[in-house]
Amino acid sequence: MEPILELKNLEVNFNTLDGVVHAVNDVSYSVKEGKTLGIVGESGCGKSVSVLSIMRLIQEPPGKIKKGKIYYRGQDLLKLSEEEMEHIRGAEIGMVFQDPMTYLNPVLTIGKQISESLVVHKGMTYQEADEITKELLNVVGIPNPTDRMKDYPHQFSGGMRQRVMIAMALSCNPRLLIADEPTTALDVTIQAQIVELTKSLQENLGMAVIWITHDLGVVADLADDVVVMYAGYVVEEADVFTIYENPQHPYTNFLLKSLPRIDNTRRSERLATIPGFPPDGITVMPGCPLMPRCKFAVERCNHENPPLREIAPGHKIACWVEISTGKER
Amino acid sequence: MNNQNVLLEVKGLKKYFPITKGILFQREVGAVKAVDNVSFNIYEGETLGLVGESGCGKTTTGRTILQLYKPTDGQVVFAGDNLTNKTPKEMRKLRYRMQMIFQDPMASLNPRWTISTSISEPLQVHQNLKNKEKLERVEQLLELVQLNSYYVNRYPHEFSGGQLQRIGIARALATSPDFIICDEPISALDVSIQAQIVNLLEDLQGELGLTYLFIAHDLSMVRHICDRVAVMYLGIIAELADRDDLYNDPLHPYTQALLSAVPIPDPRATRSRKRIILEGDPPSPADPPSGCRFHPRCPLATDQCKQETPEFRELKPNHWVACWEA
Repeated sequence: MEPILELKNLEVNFNTLDGVVHAVNDVSYSVKEGKTLGIVGESGCGKSVSVLSIMRLIQEPPGKIKKGKIYYRGQDLLKLSEEEMEHIRGAEIGMVFQDPMTYLNPVLTIGKQISESLVVHKGMTYQEADEITKELLNVVGIPNPTDRMKDYPHQFSGGMRQRVMIAMALSCNPRLLIADEPTTALDVTIQAQIVELTKSLQENLGMAVIWITHDLGVVADLADDVVVMYAGYVVEEADVFTIYENPQHPYTNFLLKSLPRIDNTRRSERLATIPGFPPDGITVMPGCPLMPRCKFAVERCNHENPPLREIAPGHKIACWVEISTGKER
Repeated sequence: MNNQNVLLEVKGLKKYFPITKGILFQREVGAVKAVDNVSFNIYEGETLGLVGESGCGKTTTGRTILQLYKPTDGQVVFAGDNLTNKTPKEMRKLRYRMQMIFQDPMASLNPRWTISTSISEPLQVHQNLKNKEKLERVEQLLELVQLNSYYVNRYPHEFSGGQLQRIGIARALATSPDFIICDEPISALDVSIQAQIVNLLEDLQGELGLTYLFIAHDLSMVRHICDRVAVMYLGIIAELADRDDLYNDPLHPYTQALLSAVPIPDPRATRSRKRIILEGDPPSPADPPSGCRFHPRCPLATDQCKQETPEFRELKPNHWVACWEA
């Protein structure tokens, strides 16, 4: 299937007082039409920066997209003018953020905020847009939309605000929805509601989704393909079943083993841990970024950073070592 | 479990925060019932998990136990002493035996103090040690939490989140307490760091014979670390049972929904699981629903649930539930 979005060798830096932060290094991934791509990784691994680059929302300066290409339906987004980009944002690609309260305007009613993108992108009047807004609020499960659209963001609960954000992102029927940690700030029962909502919307509207999270449980539930990131690099990429059942990168392995499971019926044992903590992105070492924390590391990892290579059809990893044998691949 | 000694007994604990109106002449117009009639025991050497969604009163329960909030009603008995009628001075003498670890280690450490000052402050308050003895103790504590004692004179901003949480733990251990309330100690940390801290807490419990009240919303982690688990909903305890009993055979409909909502990091298992999706959000604790507080969202609710508050009863040995239909 032709991918709807393709990132090629993206590199993003930030100039800070402490030095240049290499937030995203040589990252390539693609999203298939109508499918869900899950991006997992710890904070600071570059997962949000990579999708903000897709939307061209990286503030320059201090940020800078150094190189790479982002193809959206064959068109390189990085080459578009700001004006052309405005037709993509919101209309073609919708985005949902982690903390809805920071992204909703507190002094506008939510009805007005949802209608705005319809007025801008579809050239409707506010009266026309109101009808669609009502429908959208209904679709995302907000009861009594006619009255609720006159309310302000503070009158909604966290889960409801996230639903409003989703309604805004969906307003122009985007082909791609980017969700950046949409459920991290929510309770599990509300998270379950939002995950179910996204799944049913995707089924009905046939859009592609990028879902960013650090929760491996949520990704297992809704992703078709998974990208695991560490220190600004993609370290493993495969379909969701391969990632969870046959992870080949040491980092993915560590992550899955360090998670306790709610359906765990064995007696509690110690959790596997990864010693140390992630690098800061400023000091760049010549070798593999995981090397200081990796128990499989061999001599080669010290001085050569492994590229992302395909080890089986559709399964790519960036590691020199075969973890089952402990030897170099 | 019952043959063990009870370390802490909480009986009918209530904490209401007043809602006031008016600027000059404030009058009470209502109360947020953050904790409403909560009772449980904590046995020596065990870990009791306290779980629930945000705003359900977990943290308030923890703080009220330590008398950081004055309870509205009810008793807290710690090792035979009733804490609720102690004066602040008497309370201070007991505090060294109970400590707390907070969620955000950066916010709970003074940014202008070296970590040595932060860790030794409880020693200063509770034990009159000489400077040299204090420094020795700080180094010993840092070693206990697996940090290099070389770091003593550094400031909080020089550490990562996981290291700061270790420092928070070292400070809590400074006075050799018996009982520690861990208030979401891992929620602010990255996945790979969470496991390190949880293992450390377990090691310390084994070494020092600590008793924990572990407040969390991560139900998978709670299953890993706790011996018994209490589930809170809107200021009350809905269910309390031994860990495996609660996870394998939850009796309260809220517990059932909560457990079914937790995603499993295994695509086949999580996709084949039957989920109970609760509708709506938890109501406000300022105006809780009549009868059973869960009834507006409960799939099993009957007329009885709407009118009468279910009592907290022992349906199976050591398995307590507050539900008419269970």
